[in-house]
Amino acid sequence: MQTVFSIAIDAFAYGMVLFVISIGLSVTMGLMRVVNLAHGAFAMIGGYIASYAAQDLGLGYAAAVLLAVFGTVIISIPIERLLYRRIYGAPELTQVLMTIGITFCIIGIANYVFGPTLKTIPLPPILQGSADLGFRSIAVHRLFAIVCGLAVAGGLWYAIEKTAFGVKLRASVDNASMAAALGVRTEIIYAVSFAVAVGLAAFGGVLGAELLPVEPYYALRYMVTFLVVVSVGGAGSIPGALIACLVLGGIDTTGRYLMPEFGEFFFYLAVIAIICVFPRGLAGRAR
Amino acid sequence: MNNETVATNTRQSRTIGRDLIGIGAIIAAAVVGYLLFPDNLALLTRIIAIALLVLSLDLVTGYCGVATLGHAALFGSGAYAAGIAAAHYGITNPLLMTIAGILGGAIAGLICGVIILRAHGLPQLVLSISLIYLFHEFANKASSWTGGSDGLSGISPDLLFGVYEFDLWGQTAYIFGVVLLLTVFVLLRFLVRSPFGMLCRGIKEDPLRIMAMGASPKIALIKMYVISGAVAGVGGALNAISTQVVGLDSLSFTQSAEALVMLVLGGTGSLFGALMGTVVFMLFEDYVSAANPFHWLTMVGVLLIAVVLFAPKGLYGTAAGFIARRLEKRI
Repeated sequence: MQTVFSIAIDAFAYGMVLFVISIGLSVTMGLMRVVNLAHGAFAMIGGYIASYAAQDLGLGYAAAVLLAVFGTVIISIPIERLLYRRIYGAPELTQVLMTIGITFCIIGIANYVFGPTLKTIPLPPILQGSADLGFRSIAVHRLFAIVCGLAVAGGLWYAIEKTAFGVKLRASVDNASMAAALGVRTEIIYAVSFAVAVGLAAFGGVLGAELLPVEPYYALRYMVTFLVVVSVGGAGSIPGALIACLVLGGIDTTGRYLMPEFGEFFFYLAVIAIICVFPRGLAGRAR
Repeated sequence: MNNETVATNTRQSRTIGRDLIGIGAIIAAAVVGYLLFPDNLALLTRIIAIALLVLSLDLVTGYCGVATLGHAALFGSGAYAAGIAAAHYGITNPLLMTIAGILGGAIAGLICGVIILRAHGLPQLVLSISLIYLFHEFANKASSWTGGSDGLSGISPDLLFGVYEFDLWGQTAYIFGVVLLLTVFVLLRFLVRSPFGMLCRGIKEDPLRIMAMGASPKIALIKMYVISGAVAGVGGALNAISTQVVGLDSLSFTQSAEALVMLVLGGTGSLFGALMGTVVFMLFEDYVSAANPFHWLTMVGVLLIAVVLFAPKGLYGTAAGFIARRLEKRI
C-alpha cells in the first residue's frame, strides 16, 4: 500500500511536469504542423537561466522562475524569426533536420558556457521537506509540481475554450487558411502560441529540475519523451496530452520502481502498443 | 574529387554509362582513400559500413518517403547476427557471417517495417524512435547473448578464402568492404530502376493513386523495408567483421539520427547522394572531433542548419542541379 501510494504520487508529479513541458509542443505542433525536436532545448535553457539566477545572482526562487520564463522567450524570438519561419509548411524531414540542428547547437553552446556538470536550482525553504497528510507524508516539491501542472492545465483550458483568442486559435488549428480568410490574423496567433509554448517549456524545465536534472544533454535525452507524449496524446489536444502524460508517467514510474533493471523497456513497449492501436494519438482527429 | 564525379555523371545521358562511371568513381575514391590514409584504414572501413546503412536508409526514406529516426535497428541487428553467429555458433567464415548479417537485418527490417508503417507523420517518427530504444534495451538485457553494455567480443573471423587475414592493418577488411559496397551498389542500381523501384517512388508521390491502380502500397513498402534491412545488415556484418566487436552503440538513437543527417546532407532519393553525404559527414566528424572535441556537436548543428537553408536538396542534388543549369545555358 505504501509503495502503491508513493508510486502514485511520483507518477502524478512526473506526469504533471511532462505535461507542462509538452503541452506547448503539442499546441504548436497541432497549429503550425512543425515537428519541433528543439522543444526540450528550450526547457533546458529555462533550467539553466533559473539555476544561474538562483545560484550566481542570488535571486529568490520566484524571481528565478520568472527570469527563466521571460529570458527563454526572449532568446527564442530571434530563433523563431530567423530559422523556424523558413520551415513552416516544409516537408517533415526538413523540419526534423533543422530542429535537430538547432538542438545540437544549443547543447554545444550550453556545454561551452555552463560546463558539462549537473546544475541544481536551490528550492526555497517552503518547498523543501515534506507535508503530513495524516496517514502519509509526501515531499512538498512533488505537491507543488502537481498543483502547478493542474493550474497550467486549467489556465490553458480556460484560455482556449472561453476566450476570444482561444476561438481564433482553435479555428487556426482546424484550418489555418480558412481562418485567415475569415479575418483571423494567423501570424499573430502563431507568434503568441510559440511564445507561450516556449515560456511553458522553460517553466516546466525549472519545475521539473528535481526529476529531470538539468545538464547539456537534457535536450537530447528527453526530446524523445516529449515527442512521445505529443504523439500519444494527439497533436493539438489538451485533454489528450494530459491523459498521455498521466498514462506514460504512470508506466514509466511504475516500471522504475518495480523493475528498475528493465529501464525504459516497458515505456517504449507501451508507446508502440498505443500508437499501433491509435495511430493518430489518443485524442487525435482524422485530417 | 566529388565535384568531378558529379560533372562526369551529369554529362552522361545514358544510364548504363552513368552506372559504369559511378562504379569507377567508387573504385577511384577507394584507391585515393587507400593512398591518402594508409594508416587509417579502420576509419575508411567504418565509413563503408556506415555508407551501407545510409544507402539502406535512402531506400526507405529517399525512395519511399518513410521518415525514420530508428534505422540503426536494422544495422545493429545485422551486426549482432553476424557477431552472435561467430561468437556463439562458431561460424567464423566471413562470407557466412555476412549472410548471417543479411538475414538478421532483413528480419529486423520486417519487424520494423510492419510496425512503423502503421502510422504516418509524427506518430511514425515516434514509432521508429521507440523501436530503436526497444532494440537497444533488449540487446542490453539479453547480455548472455549480446554481452550487454560490455559489447559482444570474441569474434575472430577466419581467413578470407583461406588466404587473406583480417589483421590489425585492416587491408583485408578494407578491400572486403569495398567489394561488398560495389556489389550492393550495382544491385541497388538495378533495384531502384526496376518496376518495383518505380512503384515505390510512385507510392512516395501519391499512395492513393497507386492504390487506385491496383497495387498495395503497404506490401510494397514492407518488401522495400526487408530489402533495406538486408543492405543495412551487410553494413552491420562488415562492421562486426572488421572491428571484431559489436557494441550497443550500433543500436543507438544517435547512430540512427546521424545516418539520417548524412543522407540529407548528401541528398535523398539518390544513391550517389547517400554515399557522398556519408563520406563528407564522416570525414568532417573525424576532423572536427579531433581538432576540437568540445565543439563538434555545435559544428554539426550549424552544418545541418546551413544545409537546410542553403542546400535543401543536399550536396549531390544541389551540385547536380547547378551543373545541369550550366549545361542548359551553354546549349
